[in-house]
Amino acid sequence: MRLFLFFVALAAFLTLAVQSHAQDLREVVTQYRAEIEKPSRQSIGPVIEQIAATGPQGAALLQAWGDRALGLRKSDGLMVIVGESDSQTDAVTGAELPTEDVTMLRPNSGVRGLIAAALAGNALSDPDRARRAQALDALARRGDASQLALLRDALDDPDPGLAARKARLERLLTIQHDPDPAARIAAIESFGGDTGLDFRASLNPILATRRVALETVPADANIAAELTPGGAMSRADAYAMLVAADLAPAQMTPQAERAVLAQHINQGMVGGVPLAQLGHEDARDRAWTALEQQGLVQPAASEAEVDAALARFRFLDLYVEPNADVTDAARAALRGTQTRIGFMQAADLSLDALSLASIYFLAAIGLAITFGVMRVINMAHGEFIMMGAYTGYVVQQFIANRTLSLIVALPLAFIVTFAAGVALERLVIRHLYKRPLETLLATFGVSIALQQLAKNIFGTQARPLTAPGWLDGALTFNDVVSISYIRIAIFVLALVFLALYLVIMNRTRLGLEVRAVTQNPGMAASMGISPDRMNMLTFGLGSGIAGIAGVAIGLFAQVTSEIGQQYIVQSFMTVVVGGVGNIWGTLAGAALIGFFQKGIEWLNPANTLAAQTYMILFIIIFIQFRPRGIIAAKGRAAVGA
Amino acid sequence: MRKPLVLRHPSILIFLAVLAVFTVAVTILSAGYGTGVISTSMVKTLGKTLCLALAAVAMDLVWGYAGILSLGQMAFFALGGYMIGMWLMVARTEGIVAASLANMPIPPTQAEITQATATQIFGVVGADSFPAIWSFAGSLPAQLALVVLVPGLLALVFGWLAFRSRVNGVYLSILTQAMTLALALYLFQNDSGLRGNNGLSGLQNIPGLDGVGQEKLSVWFLWASAIALGLGYLLIAWVASGKFGSVTRAIRDDEARVRFLGYSVEGYKLVVFTLAAIITAVAGALYYPQAGIINPAELAPIASIYLAVWVAIGGRGRLYGAAIGAVFVSLLSSWFTGGRAPAIDLGIYTINWVDWWQVLLGLSFVLVTLFAPKGIAGLIRK
Amino acid sequence: MKIFTSACAVAAVLAGLTGAAVAQDDTIKIGVLHSLSGTMAISETTLKDTVLMMVEQQNAKGGILGKKIEAVVVDPASDWPLFAEKARELISVNGVDAIFGCWTSVSRKSVLPVIEELNGLMFYPVQYEGEESSKNVIYTGAAPNQQAIPAVDYMAEELGVEKWALLGTDYVYPRTTNNILDAYLKGKGVAEGDIFVNYTPFGHSDWSKIVADVVALGADGKKVGVVSTINGDANIGFYKELAAAGVSADDIPVMAFSVGEEELAGLDTANLVGHLAAWNYFETADTPENKAFIEEWKKFTKDDKRVTNDPMEATMIGFNAWVAAVEKAGSTETDAVLDAIVGVEVPNLTGGTAKVLPNHHLTKPVLIGEIREDGQFDIVSQTEEVAGDAWTDFLPESAKLDADWPGKKCGMWNTETNACVQVQSNY
Repeated sequence: MRLFLFFVALAAFLTLAVQSHAQDLREVVTQYRAEIEKPSRQSIGPVIEQIAATGPQGAALLQAWGDRALGLRKSDGLMVIVGESDSQTDAVTGAELPTEDVTMLRPNSGVRGLIAAALAGNALSDPDRARRAQALDALARRGDASQLALLRDALDDPDPGLAARKARLERLLTIQHDPDPAARIAAIESFGGDTGLDFRASLNPILATRRVALETVPADANIAAELTPGGAMSRADAYAMLVAADLAPAQMTPQAERAVLAQHINQGMVGGVPLAQLGHEDARDRAWTALEQQGLVQPAASEAEVDAALARFRFLDLYVEPNADVTDAARAALRGTQTRIGFMQAADLSLDALSLASIYFLAAIGLAITFGVMRVINMAHGEFIMMGAYTGYVVQQFIANRTLSLIVALPLAFIVTFAAGVALERLVIRHLYKRPLETLLATFGVSIALQQLAKNIFGTQARPLTAPGWLDGALTFNDVVSISYIRIAIFVLALVFLALYLVIMNRTRLGLEVRAVTQNPGMAASMGISPDRMNMLTFGLGSGIAGIAGVAIGLFAQVTSEIGQQYIVQSFMTVVVGGVGNIWGTLAGAALIGFFQKGIEWLNPANTLAAQTYMILFIIIFIQFRPRGIIAAKGRAAVGA
Repeated sequence: MRKPLVLRHPSILIFLAVLAVFTVAVTILSAGYGTGVISTSMVKTLGKTLCLALAAVAMDLVWGYAGILSLGQMAFFALGGYMIGMWLMVARTEGIVAASLANMPIPPTQAEITQATATQIFGVVGADSFPAIWSFAGSLPAQLALVVLVPGLLALVFGWLAFRSRVNGVYLSILTQAMTLALALYLFQNDSGLRGNNGLSGLQNIPGLDGVGQEKLSVWFLWASAIALGLGYLLIAWVASGKFGSVTRAIRDDEARVRFLGYSVEGYKLVVFTLAAIITAVAGALYYPQAGIINPAELAPIASIYLAVWVAIGGRGRLYGAAIGAVFVSLLSSWFTGGRAPAIDLGIYTINWVDWWQVLLGLSFVLVTLFAPKGIAGLIRK
Repeated sequence: MKIFTSACAVAAVLAGLTGAAVAQDDTIKIGVLHSLSGTMAISETTLKDTVLMMVEQQNAKGGILGKKIEAVVVDPASDWPLFAEKARELISVNGVDAIFGCWTSVSRKSVLPVIEELNGLMFYPVQYEGEESSKNVIYTGAAPNQQAIPAVDYMAEELGVEKWALLGTDYVYPRTTNNILDAYLKGKGVAEGDIFVNYTPFGHSDWSKIVADVVALGADGKKVGVVSTINGDANIGFYKELAAAGVSADDIPVMAFSVGEEELAGLDTANLVGHLAAWNYFETADTPENKAFIEEWKKFTKDDKRVTNDPMEATMIGFNAWVAAVEKAGSTETDAVLDAIVGVEVPNLTGGTAKVLPNHHLTKPVLIGEIREDGQFDIVSQTEEVAGDAWTDFLPESAKLDADWPGKKCGMWNTETNACVQVQSNY
C-alpha cells in the first residue's frame, strides 16, 4: 500500500516536473495565487514543486515564503519579498521596489517543512555551510525516494561533520526507500548495534503490523505473530474483530435485549410476561425465550457458536512490509539495541533522579542549618526561597546581560535573605527558643504575610527568570541519555554548598562557635561566645543559602509567590528523613527522596501525581521505623527536638 | 459527692446559653422561619461557622490539653464530609435516574439503575461504574457509620504508628501535615474514586427533602450544627475535666515523668487523638452539606494550619477560647475578603483589604504568639 | 465572658450588613462572580474588568430598557464553596438579573445547583470540557468540538502528526478533553500504542522525565505531536525543559489549549516560537471590530500593555447577547430572556457572528495560532463558525444525547429513546 502511494506520488511529481519546464514563474504564481495565499500541507506540494522547477528566482521565492518574508502589497496585491531592513523586491522578477505597506503571508509549519524539503535537494551542495546543515535537517524530518537520489549525488562535503551526517542520512534513507531489499538489509546491518533515535525511527516503520482474521492464509504472507483467542488476545476481542468485519453475528448486550423487548410490547405484556415484572433480569430472559419460541426474534449467538467461529479463523499480525528478509534484519537489529537502550534509559532516569535530589538538597540545605543545627522550625523558609527567586527577577529587570545579572543576583539574593533571616530571628524567633511549637506557628504567620506581600508587589502571575544563553540546551551523551545544563549547574551549586557547609562548620571559628552554642549554650557563653550573636548569624546564614537556592530554582521552574510552598514540606521531609543535625543525612535524605520519586514515576509514567502521593506515604512509614532519620545524631545532640 | 460538671465549670453553662440564644436569634431573624433580616446565605455561613467552631474545640483538645500540635485535622474534617457526601450524591442521583427511567416502556432493572447512576456521577471524570469504596454509598446508616469509622480508623492507625515510635513535638506536627498533604494529593487524582479535583458537589440538595426550600433547610442545619457544637463541647469538657484530663495535661507538660509514673502515655494520646478526629469528622459531615461542595483543596495543609491559628488566637487550653477564635477569625476573614470592608485611600496608595487582609492576619498571628500566648481567652481571664 | 456577647454582636452586625443591601428599582442589576483574590485572581480579574467596561459602554448608549445597568461585583476568592454562597447572595439578596462569572469547571459545578434552584441566569465565558447543558447557563466559551477536535485535525493534516502525546494537568478539563480526543483519534484509525497520556499536578516543575518520554516516542519513526492541556504556571517549566532538550516546534509541535496572550505576557517567549495554541480569538485578529475593542480596553484600563484574550471576547459576546435578548424580550425576567436569547446573533471580534444555539452554546470560528517572539500569535488557520456541541459525538454514552432548551425543555435528551434523561444538570 505504502509502496503504491509512493509510486503515485512519484508519477504525479514527474508529470508536474515535465509540465513546469514550459511554465515560467509568473504563470505558476498567477495560476496558484489562492493556494499560495492560504496554503494547506495536504494540497500545496505540487505547487511548491512547480515553483521550485522554474529556476533560481523560484527558489528565492520559496526561500522567502518559508522564512515568512513573502507578502502582498496592500495597494495592488503584488507579491513581494521583504528583505532585511524592510527592502522590498518583486517576488517574480526580483526587481527592487519602493517600500510600501504589505500583508505578510503566514504559511504554517507543515507547509514550511514542505518548502524546506523541496529546497533541500539543491541546497545540499550549497556553498553556505549553514544552508547545507538546514537542508540535512529538513531531509532528516521528511526524506523520500527522490531525495535519496539527490543526496547520493551530493555525498561529498568539505566539512567532515556534514559529510558524516550525509553518509548516515544516506544509509537511513536507503533503509526506508531503496527498492532493492539487499541494499536495505546491508544498510541495516551497517549500523551494528547503533542506538540512535533516527536509526530506530527508520526500523520501526518496517516492522509495522496490522491485525487480520483469515480463514486461509496466503503463502506469501509475512507473518509477525499468530494470536490464539483466550491467549495473547482475549476471546471477547477476537470475537469483536469478527463481528466488526461482518464475519460473525453479534452477541446480545443488555441494552440491545431491552430495545428488542420494547419493540414487542403487546397489551402490556412482552412474550406473556407483564411489563411490571421486567425490572428483573430473569423475567427478561423468560420474555426473550418466549419471543424466540414464537419466532419473533433471532436467537443471539450462543457461547458454542462463538467458539466455533473462533476456531474457524486464524488471528494474525501481518507485517505491512512484504519482504521477510528485510523484516528479519530489522527485527534483529532492533533486538540488538534493546539491552543497551534499557541500560541507557536507566542511566537517564538516574540522572533525572540525581538532578531532582540536588534540587531538594539545595532547597533543604538552608533548613539543615536552621532546623538541623539550631532546631528552629522556620515555616517561612519557603518564602526565603521565593525572595531569592524574585531578587533574581528584579535584577534581570535592571541588568539586561543575563550572565552579569546572574552574577549580581546570586550574592544579592544572599544579602537580601540574610537580612530577612536576621530580622526574623531578632524580632520573633529569639523570643520563642523555649517554645518550638509556637515558633512553628509564628513563622507560619510570617510565611502567609510574606506570600501575600509578594502577590501584592509582583502579582499572582509567574515572572520570567531566564537563564543565560550558555546554560541553554543539554549535555547529550546520545539520543537517550541527556541532561540540561541548567540542571547540571544546580547539581554543581549543590556540591559547592555542601563543601561550603563542611568548611564553615568544621574548619572555621564561626563553625566551632555555632557547634558550641548548639550543644551547650551556657558553657559556650561562659567561654566568651555570645549565643545571641551566634544564633543570629547562623540563622542568617541558613536563610541566605535559601535565597541562593531560590535563584537556582527560579531558573529552571517558574517564579511565583507560591514557589516556596512547593518546596517547604519536601524540604522538611528531606531533613527529617535524613536525620536532623547531620549534613550527610540531609544529602542521603535528598537522594532517597529523589530516586524514590523517579522510581515510582518510571513504574507509572501516566500519572506524576501518584508518584508524589506515594513518596509522602513512604516517608511517613519510613519515619515510623527510623524516627531519627537515616543518619541518627548520637549523644547530646540527639536530645531535644 | 462531686458537683456536676457544669457547676464546677460555669464557663460551660455560659457557653451553652450563648449558643442557644444565638441559635434562637438567628432562627427568628432568618428567611425560613422569621423576619428574613438574615439572608439564607448568611444563615449558611453562620451554620458553617458553628461547625468550624466544633472542629476548633476538638483541635483544642489535642493541642491545648494533650500538647499534640496536629496540623492534619482538616483531613478528618474533609473525610467526614466526603463520607456523607457520597450518600448525598448517590441518593439524589438515583432518585433522578429512577424517575427518568420510569418513563421508559420497560421498567429498569436494579443493575440498570445503578449503571445509569454511576454514569451520571462519574461521567465528569470519564468513568461509568462505581469504584469499590462506594459499596455502601447507597445506605445512609452505613455512610453515617463511616463518617465516624473512616477518620477514626485513620487517626487510630496513624496515631498508633506515630506515638509507638515516640514521634513527638515538631516532628509529629510535620508528620501530620504530611499525612493531610498525601491524602490531598491522592484525592486530587482523577482515578482516586472520589471524582478528583471536581470533588462531590450539589450536596446542599438533601434527597427526600426536595419540597423543603433552602431557606428552611439552612435553618435546620444551623440547629443541627448548634446541637453538635453543644454536645461536642460538653463531651470534650467532660473528658478534659476528669482524671483522664489531668493525666492528659500532665503528658503535655512532661511526657517522660508521666511515663515513669506508670501511665500508658501512648494509650492516652491515642484516645485523645482519635476522639478529636471523630468529633472533627462529625463537624465536617455537617459542614459540607451547607457548603454544597467538597473537593481536595479543602484538605490542603494550609487549611489545617488555619485551624491551629484560630485556636491560638482564641486561646488554647480553654475550650471556649478555641470556639471564639474560630468564629471570630473566620467571620472576620470572610468579611475582609468578601469585598465589603471599605478600602482606605491613603492618597498615594489605596489599601484594598482583599489584598492586605492576609498580611494583617499573618502579622497579627505573630503578635498574638509573641505577646498574648493565651489568646483572646487569656485577655478575658485577666 | 463578655466576649460571647460581642461575638454575637459581630455576627449580628455582619448579618445586618448583608440584609441592609436593599434592591433599588431604577437600575437593572447584573452580578459579576469572578475571583479577585487567590490563585485564579490573575485570570478572572481581567474578566471582571471586561464586564465593567461593557456595562460602561452600554450605559453610555443609554442603558437597557430605559434603565441604567449596575454591576454588583463580589469576590469568591478562588474558593469553590464560596462561589455557591456568593451566587445565592447575588440572586436572592442583591436581586441581580444575570450573572457573568466563573472560570474553572469546579466553580461552575459549585454554582450550578444554586442557579438552577433559584432559576438564575449565568454566562460562562471559558473554554470547557462540555458534557453539560443547563437551562440557566449560556456557555459562551468553546466546547471541545470548537477547540480540541479542530486543533487535532490541524495537527494531523497540516503538520502530519501521527503519534500523540496528550499531556495535561490532573483535573476534569484535561481528563475529559483527553478522553474525547482519545476516542476521536482511535476512531480515525490511530492505534492505542500511538497515544501517550500523562497527567501532572498543578504547578508541576520537574519536567525532565516527561520530556524525555515524549522525545522517545519518536523512535517509531512517526511524527510526534503534543496536545497540551497543561494549566497555568506549570507550562513555563515544561517549555523551558523542551527547549533545553533541543526540541524545536518543527520536530515536536506543542498545541496548547490553555496558553493565551495573558499567560505569555509574563514569559520569555524565545523558547516557545512556533509552538501552537487553539482558541476562538487571538489579539492579532485583523478586523476593525477587534481594533476598536483593543483600543477601548486600553483606554478603560488606562494601561497600554494590557493584552486581550479569548475569554474576554467570550465575555463580551455573552454580554451583548444578553442585552439583545433583554431588548427582544422586553423584560429581564429569566425565562423570558432565555426564550428570547436562542437564535440571537451578535458579531464576534474575528469577523462573522456568534449565534446562540438551542443547546445554550454558541457558534464560534476556530483559530490556530503560532507563538511569535513578542508573545502574540500568528494566526495560521481560521475556520468558518462551528456550532458548539454540548454532548460530544465521540464518547458512546454522550453521542446519543442532545440538548434543546426552547424546543424540548431538556438539556439531556436521549435521541435513541426520545426521552429526557433529566432536566437538572449533573453537579
